[in-house]
Amino acid sequence: MTGRGDGGAVSGAAGGMGGAGAVAGAGAGRGGARAVERRLRGLVPRRVVGALAVAAAGQGVLLVVQADLLAGAVAALDAGLLVWLVAAAAGRAALAWAVAWLAGGTAARVKADLRAALLARPPGGAGAGGRVTLLTRGLDAVDPFFTGYLPQLLAACVVPVVVLARLAAADWASALVVAVTVPLVPVFGALVGARTAALTARQWGLLHRLGGHFRDVLAGAATLRAFGRAGHQSGVVRELAGEHRRATVRALRVAFLSSLVLEWVCALSVALVAVPVGLRLLDGEMALRTGLLVLLLTPEVYLPLRALGARFHASAEGVAAAREAFAALDGDGDGDGDGDGDGDGDVPAPVRPGVAATAPEGAPEIVLEEVTVRYPGADAAALEGVSLRVAAGERLAVTGPSGAGKSTLLLVLAGLVAPTSGRVLVDGVDLAELDAAAWRARVGWVPQRPHLFAASVADNLRLGDPGAPMGRVRAAARAACAEEFVEALPGGFAAVLGEGGAGVSAGQAQRLALARAFLSGGPVMLLDEPTARLDLASERALVEAAARLLEGRTAVLVAHRPALLRAVDRVVRLESGRITSSPASAASARVSGGVGV
Amino acid sequence: MRGAVRPHAARLVVAAVAAAAAELCGLGLVAAAAWLIARASQRPELAALSVAVVAVRGFALAKGALRYAERLAGHDAALRALAELRGRVFDALAASPRHSSTAPGADGGRGRDGEALTRLVSDVDAVQDLLLRCALPAVAAAVCGAAGAVVCWAVLPVAGAVLAGGLVVAGVVVPVAAAVLGGRASRRAVSARDALAVRALDVLEGARDLAMFGAAGRFAGAAREAAARLERAERAAARLGAAVAAAGYAVQGVTAALVVWAATRPAAAARGVDEVGAAVLALTALVAVEAVLPLGEAARRLREVRPAARRTGALLRTSPPATPPPPAPAGGDAEDGPVGGAAVELRGVTLTYPGGTAPALDGVDLRVEPGRRVAVVGASGAGKSTLLAVLSGEAAASSGTVRVGGRPASPGGAGGTVRGLAQDAHVFAATVGANLRLARPDAGDAELREAAERAGLWPVVRDLPEGWDTPVGAGGRGLSGGQRQRLLLARALLAAPPVLVLDEPAEALDPVMADRVVADLLAAPGGGTVLLVTHRLAALEAADEVLVMDRGRIVQRGRHAALLAAPGAYRDLWDAELLTT
Repeated sequence: MTGRGDGGAVSGAAGGMGGAGAVAGAGAGRGGARAVERRLRGLVPRRVVGALAVAAAGQGVLLVVQADLLAGAVAALDAGLLVWLVAAAAGRAALAWAVAWLAGGTAARVKADLRAALLARPPGGAGAGGRVTLLTRGLDAVDPFFTGYLPQLLAACVVPVVVLARLAAADWASALVVAVTVPLVPVFGALVGARTAALTARQWGLLHRLGGHFRDVLAGAATLRAFGRAGHQSGVVRELAGEHRRATVRALRVAFLSSLVLEWVCALSVALVAVPVGLRLLDGEMALRTGLLVLLLTPEVYLPLRALGARFHASAEGVAAAREAFAALDGDGDGDGDGDGDGDGDVPAPVRPGVAATAPEGAPEIVLEEVTVRYPGADAAALEGVSLRVAAGERLAVTGPSGAGKSTLLLVLAGLVAPTSGRVLVDGVDLAELDAAAWRARVGWVPQRPHLFAASVADNLRLGDPGAPMGRVRAAARAACAEEFVEALPGGFAAVLGEGGAGVSAGQAQRLALARAFLSGGPVMLLDEPTARLDLASERALVEAAARLLEGRTAVLVAHRPALLRAVDRVVRLESGRITSSPASAASARVSGGVGV
Repeated sequence: MRGAVRPHAARLVVAAVAAAAAELCGLGLVAAAAWLIARASQRPELAALSVAVVAVRGFALAKGALRYAERLAGHDAALRALAELRGRVFDALAASPRHSSTAPGADGGRGRDGEALTRLVSDVDAVQDLLLRCALPAVAAAVCGAAGAVVCWAVLPVAGAVLAGGLVVAGVVVPVAAAVLGGRASRRAVSARDALAVRALDVLEGARDLAMFGAAGRFAGAAREAAARLERAERAAARLGAAVAAAGYAVQGVTAALVVWAATRPAAAARGVDEVGAAVLALTALVAVEAVLPLGEAARRLREVRPAARRTGALLRTSPPATPPPPAPAGGDAEDGPVGGAAVELRGVTLTYPGGTAPALDGVDLRVEPGRRVAVVGASGAGKSTLLAVLSGEAAASSGTVRVGGRPASPGGAGGTVRGLAQDAHVFAATVGANLRLARPDAGDAELREAAERAGLWPVVRDLPEGWDTPVGAGGRGLSGGQRQRLLLARALLAAPPVLVLDEPAEALDPVMADRVVADLLAAPGGGTVLLVTHRLAALEAADEVLVMDRGRIVQRGRHAALLAAPGAYRDLWDAELLTT
């Protein structure tokens, strides 16, 4: 008694209240849904499944007992049985409580596990916002799967059998009719459902497009207003919403038909049972108690199967959310083109004690030997055979058009991206052999878009050194030309930044990142386009700060604005992942040393 | 919100009647079947049962049909209300100056806007739930419960009273208690979820920073703790849900038992209640209580939906009630193409953002004659973007007057006088050409191409697989930052409004291209008044006037050469640019 085949079937059906999204969900990519569903079920511990099955059996038995007692009490007008009836009801209540508690706890548990796993796998690039949504509200969509569908699946397997058994004991003829007609529910469900699915699948694209339009115009409301098109669009919104309604109702007309058919199948089956029972009662061949029992029990055989369809339908959204989560965990998620396919990219590499070589302290020499980086799924290599020597204490700037591989170069140097081939030597030791944590402790890091954490400014600055005293924090901020605006924030250094660093501008965020690097120090400095998107005054302040930061360190920085080039010893140019300018021509860009500001 | 529902009230009533009738048929079906079987056992003439036989069949068929009708009518009405509400929400949003009350760019564009938008869309969609999952089930449950109590009352008044009591417990007491307790549990879950969102964003978006500074473990710990808190809150909510489910079964069983008990009393026999009456009473009670059990779920749903409805209502209230935008002046300036520029005048304009300490604009006086090309420069946070926002009506001045072409500035720029390149400019899910034609629906290919060439977009379009017909996804996916910027600029140019305001029009372009684009914007003959914000001074020789802003004030104004001739803020900026070029 699978019930899964009829899933989509009964889906549109009793689920009915789901509306547009529901129909869309039912139609969309049901093929993959089964694998996801199986995997979701696999997350439930065996003993929980066992306990739910036992509870379902108990529910079935108590259901039978309750019907028996009620029939007995009514037929004999015997109040003595009623105490037992109340006891049976209490038992059913207790079991219902246990099932809901167990299923709810399982849902919470599974979500907690998925969250932990997702937290440990940061998406590449800008996918974090979507991942956070998935982690919080997105995963809540799996609740109906565990609290509704899963218990109902077990109930649909167990309860009809138990009830049918009692029915057979009471009146084998009725039981026979029920046993023959019960399979009609999944069969009819599957038939109507297949037809519905095809129809809704055809509608799905349309529904999706119409549904997405509203969000799009809301996002662009300001733009439409600016172009004086808001009035026109206001009509379009209503018109498309109207079209959305017509398309949805068209789809629902068919989808709800399946529930109508099923309802009539059940009603007809009950009638098939009831008529002979009535006639036999009339003939005195059957006791009232038995007749009542048959009347009470017959619908209960069909009910769990019909309910399963509705539950399945309600869990469709959760299956979609789970699919997204699994995709992210398997590493083929959308926002994952950032090169962590080997599991060693964004996530810190595991520390390998013992194996890790140690490099001497002080500003090291860094040599790249034929380094190639190829991100999974990308056509071209991000870096192609790059060889480069940065002398100890040398400051090297990398320029080039966007997409040339400049940022990737820094990620390789930081050990955040492993070269596909070639190697990086730090004072002659392969970076891959170095202990990642120890290497990073020597590296100062100012990324293109620094992340500011939801914490105080001071805590943001002492990210690498939580115990740093306020004096050092202040000094670092001063060195990065950040002290003035930090003091102007309400609360100064104690000011708590909002989610994702809200509350400071992009230029200020970069100065805070510089201050962070000042504070944690380290003989190696990696800077990624620290002056992009700044006006001149801010840029000059930043250049001064950066120049001070680079002094006496081995530094590689990425910049395509000219200001920072004065602070470096040498400039190389990257184009399409290759170094294009020879050291000789780069020397022409060489400036005599420090910054002349 | 009510305004959106009211026009469709008649359809909703039809759906509610169908819903109630379907429930009544369910009740009638069971009561009639119980009577039939119990009566049959008394072995009357077959004819005495025939009405009940027909009734049972009729109820069974009618129930399904009515349920079908209810669902279709309900969804139709709810979707009609949704369409109306979407229109109203869009109007409200399009009419309000700026629904985000923060300074422009203050959040660094980190995509929380997208989150807010998603919430707004789902808030609006919640009207469906309000009608389909709260209102209709409540009506059906109330009608069916009342009918059950009446049937029992007619057979045996005591039984009717007992059933009414059970119905009140199952349909009112339990749902209300669940809503109150559940409110507390869900508030806990919401706060835990928000906390987790903040921690998770730190861990996920800041993964590299954390790895580089050796702080990954600490932050992951904090995120795990937030996740654990959320799990505890969810478990508490699950326990409550379990209690509600259990209460339903308990109330149903106890009510049925009490009703039967009443039917077995000698007093009942005195009123002629035999096993037929008892059977009808017992099954009616069972079905009636079962009919009101969905009220628990409806109450839970209502609690979830209410904040959404409140937010939507607040949004609709804060903005003027759906006023159609003023009709374009005769001839419609959207079709006119380039027209002469309009004058821009600001008098004593001050603007302080909510929560801001210093004013973003501090008593700005400015007059720009029609057709002039003006560049605005200054440090970040000097008030440049705010100046443009005030001009285009995107932001309202706290005090002072802003007049464009002699009329007060307003969103939509007094019939589209001012258009620009707003920081939140949106690329629609449509083709490149359609995105441009938004500015001028009647523009021909030559005009598109001219605007594209001026904005540096043409090489991009030429290389696209389908040229102008290439779709760009929602939010302009598939375009790089630079390409998007060029598309927005081309759109603004195509609009050719009397006043064109541009905020960093060449921001994402390389310096050579950026200078070329800015110089062209400032030097191109004809067309309207142009105000543009830039941080590169190299191309500003072409400007009729340069405004230097600092801390919300205009500290210098004049031509590039004149400003360079005397010491001052502009020469400092220029020296810095020379020094670092």
